[in-house]
Formats: sequence, structure tokens, C-alpha cells
Amino acid sequence: MGAEVIVEGLTKSFGNQTIWRDVTLTLPPGEVSALLGPSGTGKSVFLKSMIGLLKPDRGKCIINGIDIVSCSESELYEVRKLFGVLFQDGALFGSMTLYDNVAFPLREHTKMSETEIRRNVLEKLEMTGLAGAEKKLPGEISGGMRKRAGLARALVLEPEIILVDEPDSGLDPVRTTYISQLFLDVNAQIDATFLIVTHNINLARTVPDNIGMLFRKELVMFGPREVLLTSDEPVVKQFLNGRMDGPIGMSEEKDSATLAAERAMFEAGHHAGGVEEITGVPKQMQPTPGLPPRKGDKRRTDRVMRMLHELPPKAQEAIIESLTEEQKQFYGVRSPAVAAANAAPAAAGKQASQPRPQPPGPGGDQPGVQRGQLPPEQVARIPENRWSPYPPGREPRPPQGQGGLR
Amino acid sequence: MTQRSTVSFPGRGALESTGKLFALGADVVRLTFKRPFQVREFIQQGWFIAGVSILPAMLVSIPFGAVVSLQLGQVVNQLGAASFTGAVSVLAIIQQASPIVCALIVAGAAGAAICADIGARTIREEIDAMEVLGVSAVHRLVVPRVLACTLVALLLNGVVSVVGVLGGYFFNIILQGGTPGAYLASFSALAQLPDLWISEIKAALFGFLAGVVACYRGLNPPPGPKGVGDAVNQSVVITFLLLFFVNFILTAVYLTVVPPKTG
Repeated sequence: MGAEVIVEGLTKSFGNQTIWRDVTLTLPPGEVSALLGPSGTGKSVFLKSMIGLLKPDRGKCIINGIDIVSCSESELYEVRKLFGVLFQDGALFGSMTLYDNVAFPLREHTKMSETEIRRNVLEKLEMTGLAGAEKKLPGEISGGMRKRAGLARALVLEPEIILVDEPDSGLDPVRTTYISQLFLDVNAQIDATFLIVTHNINLARTVPDNIGMLFRKELVMFGPREVLLTSDEPVVKQFLNGRMDGPIGMSEEKDSATLAAERAMFEAGHHAGGVEEITGVPKQMQPTPGLPPRKGDKRRTDRVMRMLHELPPKAQEAIIESLTEEQKQFYGVRSPAVAAANAAPAAAGKQASQPRPQPPGPGGDQPGVQRGQLPPEQVARIPENRWSPYPPGREPRPPQGQGGLR
Repeated sequence: MTQRSTVSFPGRGALESTGKLFALGADVVRLTFKRPFQVREFIQQGWFIAGVSILPAMLVSIPFGAVVSLQLGQVVNQLGAASFTGAVSVLAIIQQASPIVCALIVAGAAGAAICADIGARTIREEIDAMEVLGVSAVHRLVVPRVLACTLVALLLNGVVSVVGVLGGYFFNIILQGGTPGAYLASFSALAQLPDLWISEIKAALFGFLAGVVACYRGLNPPPGPKGVGDAVNQSVVITFLLLFFVNFILTAVYLTVVPPKTG
């Protein structure tokens, strides 16, 4: 399973110029997270700070209990073996063939025999659709192939954390989707933690489990995808729609005068860009059929359901919407529309598969349908898992009454 | 905790760069003894450096020897010590000219190539990629190159000394009408074995310097593709400056420590 990355109060500046300050976030293990932000907000710098290529001014970045920012050089090299990083252009070694590029980490770090290396490398090349190209030099192949080769090299040591810098740069929309599919497939197979830095909206809307956004030298938000995708923050809305109308300007953020002037211009009929209003939470891409289900996805649902009551109402709605009927039963969430239409038959049919059948309580005479206040012990709990932040028996009381979620 | 001081004063950048350069030099020395040693890379680089520097070094050393010989021959003749021409020219060539010529060629031909190579790798993020894969770029790339520079400069020094002395001999005998016997006989009149040692020490040190400076500039180029060009340019200039400075120090120390031969 992937490792958890805890970033606390990370601040980076070059000279007097602060790039971002006090970035705090946790990449949940095995989940796919994305970091958005306008160009020049230091997304790539953030990525490089996470692996110790750049030294942040202060803050912590903890992986498996080791703080990247303050650890010794030898510890740093050890921790880096947990990482697979896909750079923008693949960053392949120009003097080596694809095969040697992918074999490089194995030859450096393992005692594998050449036959084992060969099997491993060919498997990874196959996985990234590069079978047959292993004799080529990086200069002889297209940008998309270089990216995939970079991914193959990042995967060969079976990393626990995979960082991806702008997977879409230089790729057409179709190839971008294919490479996104590849990320999800890899995630399903090795359960690695992903962080994708991008400003591709399609990718951001359909691939990650969690989304964060950097703007004005700060992390505007970081949380489950539904939170950002349903957010009413002007900057988020502007970014998702790719319009000029909003706080993001050409170079830096706009001041209020510019904003007002532009506002007037757009109201007078000037096209603010963007095609159509992008709202709502599209369905997330899934691993290719035939692969095992993503374990991170299951953990994420547990995690999100636990923090559901802390999320904004719109996000709550979107999350509940995205649950399958079985999940709704499992977490004890009732979709009002569905419940009203076929409450009794659905509930009766599903009861057998319900993991925690509830005894008929005082509030509900139909099984699975509750009304009014339930005693706390009858409110459905999400199952125990090892990321529970609370010691057993001390979970906070979930919000009472499912109607509150609407 | 890792709060860096932001005090700025004139020359801070230069001091910082100098510090980093020394740190890289120290790292190279430290990582030289770290296993596994990159034999393959070392041999490849050594072969490459030797290939690009032998011919230019020889071509430079012939006229160099000749110039020293001609100039000295003139002066020494006026002083009436014509029989010492050989002694003086061999001393000048072995102790001063040869290590400097070696270092100039190694820095100019090989150092520039190394700096451009590493600089290009840096801006293409290959170095970052290597570091991220848990492989130290200093250990993997810099150490073999610096050691190759050092070894080649050391060996080249022998070639340049011989060719330089032969050049001096040729010009003294043919053009100035010197006596071959006197020229050869006076070889050991002033020169002594420590002169050869210091010559080799100098050459090795200069080679090391050229390698470290080239790699340092390559690893820290100014931004952009043009930055690599600038880095190459700077690496050669910095090496030359350092070279003459270090040469001055070494010579001063040597002359104090080793008494000149009298008789």
C-alpha cells in the first residue's frame, strides 16, 4: 500500500519572493490527488520540495516518519527510493536506450540478475504500451512515448508514492486521457499514492480522488474532489471554466480596479472566454475492467463518509449522489429521491446484503427506513478501519437524522 | 529550524558560489571512496578526455618549448652562460609550462565538454531524475569525470614535458646554433627530481580543479538553454583564473620548501 505524505506549514521562497507559504495537506495513502493552480504558482516547485530537490524555508514533509526537510543526506536517498517521479518531459537519460533507462534504477538499487531485470523492464514497458521500442533512444521517439517511458522508469522500483508533473503538457486530449487511465490502472495494481500536478481541467475533474488548488501563494483548498468541484469560490470557478472573468489575471492576481474594469467590459458583451458553464461532479474514471478494484477508492469512501458532516452542503450532496445503492445501505445514507420512489421493495431486497442489519427501532417500523431521532447506537457507523483518527469506542457521534444531509 | 538568513551584502553571491564549489570538491573526494566505483564511466570519460586533449596539448607544447628556448637562449647568451640554456629551459618547461599547458587544454577542451554535457542534463531535468531515483549525481557522474580529468592531466603532463623539451632542443640546436652536447649535459645542472614531482602534483591538482569547476558550473547553470552556454564559458574562465592563482601559491611554497640545486 502507498505511503502517507504529511505536509505541514511548508514555505518556500526564492530570495525575497515567496512562492507559497504555510502549505499544509495530507496525501491519503493509496489515493490519487491532484494539485491545480494557475501557471507560475509554484506547483512544480512544490513537487520538487516534496522530494528534497529544493530546500523549503520552513515546514515539514513527513513520509514514513522521516521529515524530508531536515533529514540527513543518506536518509534522503533512502526515502527517495519510495518515490517514482514523472517529470514533464519524462527526463529520460538521453544517452541510454529506453530499455537501459528503465533498467537503470534496478541496476543501481537491486541485486537482480540481468534476466530478472529483463523480465521486469519488459513488463513495465508492456504496461505503458512501449513493447518493441526498447532499443530506441529518447531522442528518437515522440513526446508522448517519452512520457510513458518516464512512467515506466518511475514504476520499475514499485514505488509507494508517485508524483506526476503536468502529465498533459505536450499531449493531445486523447493521449492525456489514456495516460490518466494508465495512472488509475497503476493505482489499482500497486495501490501507490499519487500526486498529479496539472492545469488540465478534464483530467482534474475525472481522475483524482482529492483536489487541491494553489493560488495567491497559498493552498486555497485541499479535500475530496467533490468539495472543489462544487465550490463557489470565484477563483475555483474561474479556473475550472477557463474564463478571464475572475480574480486570476494574465500575470498575477488582479487588483480590484482591473477586476471592475473587466467586469464592465464583459457585461458590455465582450466574450470572457470559456465554452460553457462547468458545474457539477462528473463521474470519476475507473480502472480498466479486469483489473482489481482500487483499494484507495474504498478507503477514500470510508474516509469521506467519516468527515461528511464537516463538508459544505453541496459537496455532501454530490458525494451521496455518487454512492451506489449498496454503499448507501452500507453507510446508512438514504437518498431521498430513490427512497421515496421504492423505499419498501428496495429496502426489503437489500436487507440480506446489509453488512450491519439494524434491528427495528422505535422510529422505523419498516426495515431500513428510519424516521426521526434514533438512539446513537442505532445510527449506522462506518466500519472500523485503521485510519480512524479516534480510538475505538470514542468515535464522535455521527450527525443524527439523515435529513440533515440534504 | 531551516530558516535561512536573508542578510544580503555585496559579494554574498560570490562567497556562496565559492563555498558551494569547495563543498562539491569535498564531496568528490569523499564519494571517491564510496562503493561501487563507476569504473565504466571513468574509463569512458578518461578515454574521451585523452582523445580530445592529446593532440592539442602536443601542438601547443612544441611552440611553447621553442619560445622558452629562444627567449632564454637569447638572454643566457648575452650573459655568457650559453651552456646553461638546456638547464633553464628544462626547468621552465617541466616546472611551469607543462602543468599549465595541460590544465589549459584539459579545461578548455575536456572541461568545456563536461560542463556542456552536465549542464544540458541539468536543464533537461536528468540530474533531478537521477537524484529522485535515489542515485547521487555527484557519485555517479561527477566523481568519474573529475578523476578522469585528474588522471589525464597527470599523464598528459608527461607527454607535454617530453614534447616541450624536444621542441626546445630542436629550436635551440637548429635555429640558435646551440651545441647538442651542452644542451643535454646541462639538463641536470639545475633541475632535480623534486621538480618533476611538483610538476606532476601541479598537473594533477589543476586537472582536479578543472573537473570540479566544470561539473560545478554544469550542475548550477544560469536558467535556460543560453545558461548552459554561459556556464561553459564561465567554467573555462574560472578554471583559468584559479589555475594561475593556485600555480602561484604552489610555486611559492615549493621554492621555500625545496632548496634550489647549487652546483
